[in-house]
Amino acid sequence: MSLMHQSQVSRQPTDTGRVMAWLLLSTLPGIATLTWHFGLGVLSNVLLAGAFGIGLEALVLRLRRRTVRPVLADNSALVTGVLLGASLPPGTSLWLILVGMVAAIVVAKQLYGGLGQNPFNPAMVGYALLLISFPAAMTQWAAPHGLLSADGLSLGELLARVTGMSSGMNTGPGVDAWSGATPLDAFKHKPDALLASEFWASNPLPDGTQAAWRNVALAWLAGGALLLYKRLIGWQIPLSMLTAMGVLAGFSYAVDPSHHGSPAFHWLSGAAVFGAFFIATDPVSAATSRKGKLYYGAGIGVLVMLIREAGAYPDAVAFAVLLMNFTVPFIDYYTQPRTQGHARPNRGIKVTRLDDEEAS
Amino acid sequence: MSQFNELARNGLWSNNPALVQLLGLCPLLAVSGSVVNALGLGLATLLVLVGSNVSVSLIRHHVPETVRLPAFVMIIAAFVTCADLLMQAYTYQLHQILGIFIPLIVTNCAILGRADGFAAKNPLLPAATDGLMMGLGFAAVLVVLGAVRELFGQGTLFTQMDLLFGPIAANWGITVFPHYDFLFLVLPPGAFFATGLLIALKNLIDDRKARLRATQQPNSPTENRRVRVTGTIR
Repeated sequence: MSLMHQSQVSRQPTDTGRVMAWLLLSTLPGIATLTWHFGLGVLSNVLLAGAFGIGLEALVLRLRRRTVRPVLADNSALVTGVLLGASLPPGTSLWLILVGMVAAIVVAKQLYGGLGQNPFNPAMVGYALLLISFPAAMTQWAAPHGLLSADGLSLGELLARVTGMSSGMNTGPGVDAWSGATPLDAFKHKPDALLASEFWASNPLPDGTQAAWRNVALAWLAGGALLLYKRLIGWQIPLSMLTAMGVLAGFSYAVDPSHHGSPAFHWLSGAAVFGAFFIATDPVSAATSRKGKLYYGAGIGVLVMLIREAGAYPDAVAFAVLLMNFTVPFIDYYTQPRTQGHARPNRGIKVTRLDDEEAS
Repeated sequence: MSQFNELARNGLWSNNPALVQLLGLCPLLAVSGSVVNALGLGLATLLVLVGSNVSVSLIRHHVPETVRLPAFVMIIAAFVTCADLLMQAYTYQLHQILGIFIPLIVTNCAILGRADGFAAKNPLLPAATDGLMMGLGFAAVLVVLGAVRELFGQGTLFTQMDLLFGPIAANWGITVFPHYDFLFLVLPPGAFFATGLLIALKNLIDDRKARLRATQQPNSPTENRRVRVTGTIR
């Protein structure tokens, strides 16, 4: 389905391996900024998830009796790993990453038939499964101590955390000093009696948290710009997703600024920009026609805002993307472009009467 | 005797209500969180299935074709009420845990399916055997699913069995993995996932057996594939 509506004369690189290599390159600013603010735990996430991705893909391909080498060369398992690793809280335990990557690569991707056959975004399947299964470990985001500061985790502490069994390590003593809420999380749990201005004035977060998240979002935006420049993604999905978020956030902010975040707050905190450019644009699980991409992105934006404002989770990119993945066949069906030479596009459900067929 | 073997094989394996016919998925997915829940509901379903098959077979010549389904549903509902009251009397706590899923046995398609598809066309003894074997097959899948989800979801096995077997079973519970929980398997999505894996496992075993048979006798008969089943019935 992924190549259904793409132009035959596009200038983008067509070899999957090269597309994925550019994609990996575009994640570098985001990952570097995350590491700069949140420490080496980000790198351990990304490296472990990438390695598990390759290993699990090779294992399943072997079980399925497919050729291993050429498929691995398309780098898609590595990309899934890097994207999942970048979404996880820094310094996530090895075991959680393994469980997430099994869900992503083995279940969401290979059980459905491999790259190009998966109806759901593999990285987000892994993330959603981890978030539902291990809520305590998955919501403990590191405080922005910075890469070089002594307050952060030392290499030894990081190793102990990463290799620790299951989620037990994440609730041990000392974790309060090391971890900190994300801005979205903190704002979600703001007491109702407190106005937003008073809440932010009370310094609810460790120093520099908001700035760190803003820098991370801008770094992902830079990576996304590279993807757009190389024409690896269309502008439709990121634009419509961020616009929908902005419109909804702007509306509630205009009505009641003391209890709702501004559009800028919603764009620059959490996974909004990352999701818009790197997750929602997955060519396999996203809508394919141009108009369909607009609907698809807008749907994700609306769902993200609905869950952030009214749901139980502070951020919702994974859930929103998975929910919209369900609607992709429907969207594609109703947004098929007009075929050259046809007066009208061939879309919607056709009812063919029996006598029509006999007559023709 | 071969007919009874055939019925047993169908109910337990090759036409298993849960793994092949995919009937009664609602209770299968909802109540298979632990062994004791699964066993409780499996036994209740077994009881209803045998009772309804026997009664339907007994009255099969007296029910007009046009009203047979309402009549069968009434019979099933009567047996479900019996099971409900029995559980309320003897295993009250388990009855509270299983809640709405005991009355919902009425809507379990496996039971109406066997009543209309088998018991209404067969004499008493085969109908009773069919009910027993189908019920056992369903209960077995439930228990396996419950064990898998309890073991890999909470790290325990056979906890709270005293709800079903009384004080004797108070310490049957085993903690296999201490300080372990994997919420996904405890929640309903995990049930879908585990059921899918069980079906895949069954098909894998069937495949292996078929391949073994094919190497032994080169002229294999053509397969008869039925609609909406996950296996092949030979």
